[in-house]
Formats: sequence, C-alpha cells, structure tokens
Amino acid sequence: MDQATASEPGILAFRKQSQAKEVWRRFRKSKGALVGLIMFSLIAILLLGADFITPYQQATHQDLINKLHGPSWSHLLGTDAFGRDLFARIIHGGRTSLMVALLATISSCVLGSALGAVAGYFGGRTDSLIMRSLDIFMSIPDILFTMAVVFALGAGFVNLLFALTLAYFTNYVRLVRSQVLNLAELEYVEAARAGGAGSTRIILSHILPNAMGVIIINTTLNVAKIILYESTLSFLGLGMPPPAPEWGLLLSDAREYMREAPYLMFFPALAIVLCACSVNLIGDGLRDALDPHLKS
Amino acid sequence: MYRYVIKRVLFIIPTILGVVFIILLTMSFTPGDPARALLGVAAPQADVDALNHQLGYDLPFTRKYVNYVENMIVHQDFGTSYFTKQPVFDEIWPRYQITIKLAFLGVFLAAVLGIPLGIYAAVRQYTLWDTIPSILAFMIAAIPAFVLGMVFLFYFSLKLNWLPSYGIDTLKHYIMPALAISIPPAAMNMRFMKSSMLESIRQDYVRTARAKGASERKVIWKHALMNALLPVITQIGLSLGTLIAGAVVAEKLFSIPGIGSLIVDRISYKDEPVIIAGTILIAICFTVVMLIVDLIYAWIDPRIRAKYARTKG
Repeated sequence: MDQATASEPGILAFRKQSQAKEVWRRFRKSKGALVGLIMFSLIAILLLGADFITPYQQATHQDLINKLHGPSWSHLLGTDAFGRDLFARIIHGGRTSLMVALLATISSCVLGSALGAVAGYFGGRTDSLIMRSLDIFMSIPDILFTMAVVFALGAGFVNLLFALTLAYFTNYVRLVRSQVLNLAELEYVEAARAGGAGSTRIILSHILPNAMGVIIINTTLNVAKIILYESTLSFLGLGMPPPAPEWGLLLSDAREYMREAPYLMFFPALAIVLCACSVNLIGDGLRDALDPHLKS
Repeated sequence: MYRYVIKRVLFIIPTILGVVFIILLTMSFTPGDPARALLGVAAPQADVDALNHQLGYDLPFTRKYVNYVENMIVHQDFGTSYFTKQPVFDEIWPRYQITIKLAFLGVFLAAVLGIPLGIYAAVRQYTLWDTIPSILAFMIAAIPAFVLGMVFLFYFSLKLNWLPSYGIDTLKHYIMPALAISIPPAAMNMRFMKSSMLESIRQDYVRTARAKGASERKVIWKHALMNALLPVITQIGLSLGTLIAGAVVAEKLFSIPGIGSLIVDRISYKDEPVIIAGTILIAICFTVVMLIVDLIYAWIDPRIRAKYARTKG
C-alpha cells in the first residue's frame, strides 16, 4: 500500500506532463487560438503592468484645461470631461474588471463543481434536493438577482465577486453532474471502490480529473461571459464604487459626450470587445485541443 | 402525458414560493428599517418603532415571509414605496408591461434572426453562407448588448438622425432597443441551431430518409430540421433570461420607463419594496415561460410523450 501511494504522484506527474504537451501541440495548430493567446497576453501585460506604464494618478488626476482632447501624443487615447487620461483609465480600470472576472470564474467553478459532483455521485434524495433548489434559483433572472445582492450588501469588490459567483455557478452544477453521472458508471470507479476508496477520494482523484477537460473548456468560455456581464453591471452603476474607472463605467460616462467625443465611447468598448474576443478564441482552441469530438 | 403536464404545472407553486423566499432572504441583509425609510430621518424614535411594529418588521423572518406571500397572492399588495409613498403594484404594473413587451419582442427577433441563419449555415457547411455568419456570430459573442445599443445610438440617432434616441411612444422607438438586445442572443441561437442541425444531419434516420429516395428538400426540412429544432426550443426559452438582462440595460440606455430602469434608479434611494416586487414579478413571468417551453417540448418530443403514456398505461 505504501509503495503504491509513493509511486502514484510520480505516475500522475508524468502523465499530466505528456498530456499537457499533447494538448499544447493541438492548441498550437489553430491559428485563431494562437492569435487569441497573443492578444490576451498583450492585454494582460498592459493591465498588470499598468503601474509601470503610467501611474494611477494619471487615471484620476483632473486637468480641466485639457478636457475632452482627442487622441494625441501626450494623451494617447485622449482625455475625458475632467481632463483625465483615457489610456490610463482604461488600463487601470481594466485591471479591476479582469481581476473580478477571473476570481469570480474560479469561485463559481469551485462552488458549482462541488455541488454538481455531490448531486451526481450520491444521486437519489441529495440529487433531487440540489437540482430542484437549483431550478428554483435559476427562475430568477441573473441580472435581477445580482441587483438584489448588490442592493442588500452594497457595492464593493467582495460583494461583487459574491454576486457574480452566485450568477454563474449554476451551469457548472449541471455540467459536472452530468459528467459525474456518466463517469461514475465506469469500471475504474468501481475498481477504486472495490479497493476501499471513500466517496471523497473517488470524486476528487478519480472522477473529477476525468471531467477536467469539459470543466476547463466551460471555464474559459465563462471568463468572457463574466467580463461582459461585469461590464454591464458597472455600466448600470452596480460595479465597483465610482472612482474605480471600470470599463462599463467609462462607457456610461461617455454617453453624455457622445457628440463631442465619440472616442470616449469607442476605446473602452474596443477594450471590452478585444478582451472578451481573445478569451473566446482561446476557449474555442482549447475545446478543439482537449476534446476533439466536441469540435463543431 | 396528463401526469407530466399536471406535475410540471404544479411545480410552479413551490418555484414561485421559493423565488419569493430567496429574494426576501437576500433583502433581509439590507441595513436600515422600513419605518425610518418611510418617515424620514427627523421622525421621533417612538413613531418609528410603532410603524415598524404595524408593518410587521419586528416579526421573525418566517412570519414576515408568510405575510408577504399572503399579501401578494390574496390582495396583490406588494407594500408601499419608500420613495414615492405610493402602492408598489400601481407603480410597477404599467412599467412591467413595457419591459415584458420589449423582452418578448427581443425573444422573437432573436429567434427569427438566428434560427434561419443557423439552419442555412449547417446545410451549406464550409461555404460563405456558413463562414460569414459564423464569424459574425463569434464576434458578436464578445460584444455586450449595451455597447451595441450605444453604437446604434451613435449612428442612427446622432449621426443619421433616423431614429429617436429615448422614450417608447411609437413603434419607431422600439427598433433600436429591440435590435440591440436581440442581436447577442440571435448569435447564440444561430450557433446553437447550427451545431444541433449538423448533428442531426449526420444521424442514421437522415441517411435512411436519403436511402429510401426522399428528395433533398424533404430530408432537410422534415427529417433533419424537425429533430434539430427540439433542443433549440429550450434554448429560445432560456434566451428570455438574457433578454431580460438586455431589457434592463436598454431601458437605462434609451430612457425607457420599464421595470429595469425603475429598479436601477430606486437602488440609490434604497427603495426596497419596489426592488423586491419588481424582481418577483419578472421571475414569475420567467417561470411561466419556462413552463410553457417545457410543455411545448413534451408535446413535440415523442420520447417524452411515450415515457408518460407508458407509465400511465
């Protein structure tokens, strides 16, 4: 027994590496996926390196003499109605948006997968309790529930994360449940059970790793959805509290100056679209690489 | 079949009760109390306590929940707005109709735009009829509805002056908001229809139909399409959720007096009863639509019909 557990990590590590290589080889073949990866890396570098490129003060510093100036060399993307540099606002604001989106993706994935795995594995009463509650929960349109949560708890990073998690965990429950229902029937799960493995161990180390491909694909595509959803929330004024220059908020502010300064609307919109589009490209590439028969 | 219909229709009762429960529970975390909100900051504490007692604010949560459901069902009473001091239902009802109209128009447009394109793309796979709509749909999947709405507003109202930029008085007012909110779900419908149709075309029953000499037209429209449409029906029903979100955004963007803009506006006034009632009413509408979708599905899909026919004997 000791020997088996000792050699297991080695085998797993070896297999994981070769599989990752294989996936990367297939991923590389798709031009769209590579373009998406490069685009997303550039965006991520701009956003993460925002402090080195231009200081945060640039994003909030008001310069009323130079307000509503179009794109120029001193202000790459122009200035807004308070003379704040739009480029600085986009890269600093995007950081919050992207961070919230990524964290919300992870937390909704963990919560949803856990519930789905439990529902699918135990079945019976546990399953119907979870699934019926989910049906009820899903009868409330996401946007309204998110608004209710933000209203009750107030705007802020953690509350926004919480609201987004609650809006997006539901599809993982269904997805993982159906995966588990299929996988739990397989022989190696039966073998593990015969070998005396407990439920937690079977779910975590035998079933979930095999459902990972589908979960990863769904997660990547969800990142884009959450980016769009989060920008919608901040457009409605339900995102981070005002001084944070989130992309949706930039667009909402740009509405008043649509006539004089359409670039105020154009650039943040482009940022949202490029960001979501690059993530979708990566997601599609990953889908083809991880699961060839899902290819549409 | 009857058993399925009755079971499915009855499930709507716990669903609506559950929805009200979830909303009230979420809202119970809001700081502040109703009497203070109604009477204002200057009112003496004794009056506030008295009114809170009268409104049932000091009752335990379960009791409050039962009272709310009872008032809602028996008296169509959703409380009094903290902001306008008017009965919430009177304030919400006319706006509710506008939102529902907009959302349903969106569902219709999204289906009419997306489904034929999806069918055509699948039938003509790898031709321009497939690649151009597919690339467009892929790009639209990265554009939120409010950005589309702003672009429309910029070109069609500001630049070309073709369409009115706010309000909802005439049919012309509906064009921009309805298009802005229905294009993203239309792209989703298109992708969904395409993959469902592609799957259906490769099935054995399609090969059988071809083999027995059915015309290509009949194979596509009768055998392949009828089966491919089934999962798309559920997708169309679910797109109502996206369209409600879209309607909220469009109402804000185009200054339409709907329920979404009402809720968004009242959030800053802490007008809890309006937000609770608005959310519940929209959720009820969504639940009913999902019920109808499920029933249509069961009516069309012979497999579900057969399953219940057998158990009933």
